[in-house]
Amino acid sequence: MPLIKHGKLVEDTWHDTDDFADVQALAALGPVIVNLAVWRQHRDAILALGGTLGLRLAPGQTPDIVAADLHRFSLIALEFARFTDGRAYSQARLLRQRHGFKGELRAVGEVLRDQLTFMLRCGFDSFSVDTKRQAESILDAVAEFAHWYQPALDGAATIPALRRRAVDRGEAAAPAGCAANWAY
Amino acid sequence: MYRYDEFDHAFVTERVAQFRAQVARRVSGELSEDEFKPLRLMNGLYLQLHAYMLRVAIPYGTLSALQLRKLAHIARSYDRGYGHFTTRQNIQYNWPKLGEVPDILAELGEVEMHAIQTSGNCIRNTTADPLAGVAADEIDDPRVYAEIIRQWSTLHPEFSFLPRKFKIAVTGAPNDRAVTRGHDIGLRMHRDDTGTPGFEVMVGGGQGRTPIMAKTIRSFLPVDHLLSYLEAILRVYNQLGRRDNIYKARIKILVQGVGVEAFAEMVEAEWRHIRDGALDLPAAERDRIAAYFAPPPYEDLSADCPALDGAIDADARFAAWVESNVHPHKRAGYAIATISLKPHGGIPGDASAAQMDAVADLSEEYGFGEIRISYKQNLILPDIPKADLHALWLALDSWGLATANAGRISDIIACPGLDYCNLANARSIPIAQRISERFADLARERAVGDLSLNISGCINACAHHHVANIGILGVDKKGTEFYQITLGGVADENAAVGAIIGPAFDEMQIADAVETIVDVYLQQRETDEPFIDTYQRIGPGPFKEKLYAPDQAR
Repeated sequence: MPLIKHGKLVEDTWHDTDDFADVQALAALGPVIVNLAVWRQHRDAILALGGTLGLRLAPGQTPDIVAADLHRFSLIALEFARFTDGRAYSQARLLRQRHGFKGELRAVGEVLRDQLTFMLRCGFDSFSVDTKRQAESILDAVAEFAHWYQPALDGAATIPALRRRAVDRGEAAAPAGCAANWAY
Repeated sequence: MYRYDEFDHAFVTERVAQFRAQVARRVSGELSEDEFKPLRLMNGLYLQLHAYMLRVAIPYGTLSALQLRKLAHIARSYDRGYGHFTTRQNIQYNWPKLGEVPDILAELGEVEMHAIQTSGNCIRNTTADPLAGVAADEIDDPRVYAEIIRQWSTLHPEFSFLPRKFKIAVTGAPNDRAVTRGHDIGLRMHRDDTGTPGFEVMVGGGQGRTPIMAKTIRSFLPVDHLLSYLEAILRVYNQLGRRDNIYKARIKILVQGVGVEAFAEMVEAEWRHIRDGALDLPAAERDRIAAYFAPPPYEDLSADCPALDGAIDADARFAAWVESNVHPHKRAGYAIATISLKPHGGIPGDASAAQMDAVADLSEEYGFGEIRISYKQNLILPDIPKADLHALWLALDSWGLATANAGRISDIIACPGLDYCNLANARSIPIAQRISERFADLARERAVGDLSLNISGCINACAHHHVANIGILGVDKKGTEFYQITLGGVADENAAVGAIIGPAFDEMQIADAVETIVDVYLQQRETDEPFIDTYQRIGPGPFKEKLYAPDQAR
């Protein structure tokens, strides 16, 4: 499936699978993403393979439950089972802000254009999408808003912060009280 | 009033452009209806029985005259000449065309308004006490905090796809005029021992098929921690709220399921991680926003107003209007006037474009150009000199806007019901019209006194029937509309859910049943006792006995 990473359409070098013969077979796949059940069942055997590892968490699987192992993963994939299921936004922020996860954070499942900026702002940096055409249109979405109100993970200055700067520089108009300030 | 700066202006402009492109992609078929639905809902656009419906936010219920004129213009240009004010400080247009909605949003943006998050499974328009800034009992102006919440909640990256809708209400006064316990989060201001204001945080209120009043999870939250605490609550809910069953997805079900103490502990644990961070509000920023809500330039007026007293003595209709529709102002010589949108036999909450323009003009002529919207679906002029009340009343009367029934039995909250809404089981509007006609006689309505009566056309309870003294719920029984009555609901600081009195009544019986209830009350009440006190004293028995007596043809 097409992959967008750091704002570009790139080749996906990861193998994301629930379906393999045994743990040894994973070694032949290269960098591999396993689900939480596989990780829990075969953790030591997978670690013994020594390959580059990724972990996929389903909605509702809070990062807290793998906190101690997070440093072993170069990539975490969070599933959007439906695009209306917003649990992965919280999982992403917790991974980045609570657990300090620095690796690739990938959105998989129903990843649609109009949710992309929310995902970026919650710390996702790669997106697995259905078609190449969709991948191209999705990149336009990023430019729709210049600034946002909330502090998030896109590193951009928030509107309240920009406002304070303007106030400090004496560039912001002083608020005029009451409805009288509605006289244009 | 709050004014947009360059950042707010840019944001709503970008939002309109984004939605215009989304509509174009829907029309071209690039977006499926399933994919488009949450996008249009987050811009307040519903698909109803006959047409699209656009719900526009009136943040914390405050409008300028200019904004109200724009709402009138939209009603005239894009709709059928009227708008419907809702219980959550929104206005709904029932007949917009999909292709014109981006133009409507652009027109709203010109006067610093939007329809962002008036629908969808996200943080909805934050509501507040409609008497904010003018009520005599106020600790601090809740609009300051509602505006701070509005900005924080607008297109929040983490909380735009919640399990279900999420409503926040704020009050700065001990007398609750914002139904805070009926919200997912209710914020009620108190002062601590040192006199510092802070919020009591109540979580898990809501009506619908499972009416629950919000429980207090923190008795005092210093105001500078407001946003980090809200973020903690929302993060717990976003992760743990049910998504498998729409009827069990509100935060009230989560709170009920884990228990309020355990829920509070989860919130506190999350909050410990994020408090004192980027979300905390510097005092300077709070003061800057508060400055927008500074009081208007009041004149020094005497509390006594012989001109008003004379007009009251001379005109019984005016006297009745003053009694029910005029409220005390914190400032001597001024009054707060409710403009009832509940004419007897009319459609509750509807206002024509001409009426909206007239109210905008009157707000400038007699006030400071400001209008409020109440959850009771009425308009309020907050700053009227007492000496001008009679002239205001005469002008309102000429527009059919001087009904003297604020807080009375015909001040009915009603949802659009089966006449418009595709969720409804029964019609609400004709029932409201029929009941209010029964109490059109001024003397009779005054004798009944303060009594709330709300009508919802389905179990979603948009018209707050659970918290009405007399609640009416429309139900469908094998294709026929029936109406179930609850008694004893309360919407203020003593909020309570009413109890079902007995079997439902049909369309022809329901107005008679309401009259029976009122008759029982009038027979049983002690001097000056309001309906709810009588009900609480005597219980449902006498009402039930009379309603279901064998001689009552049912």
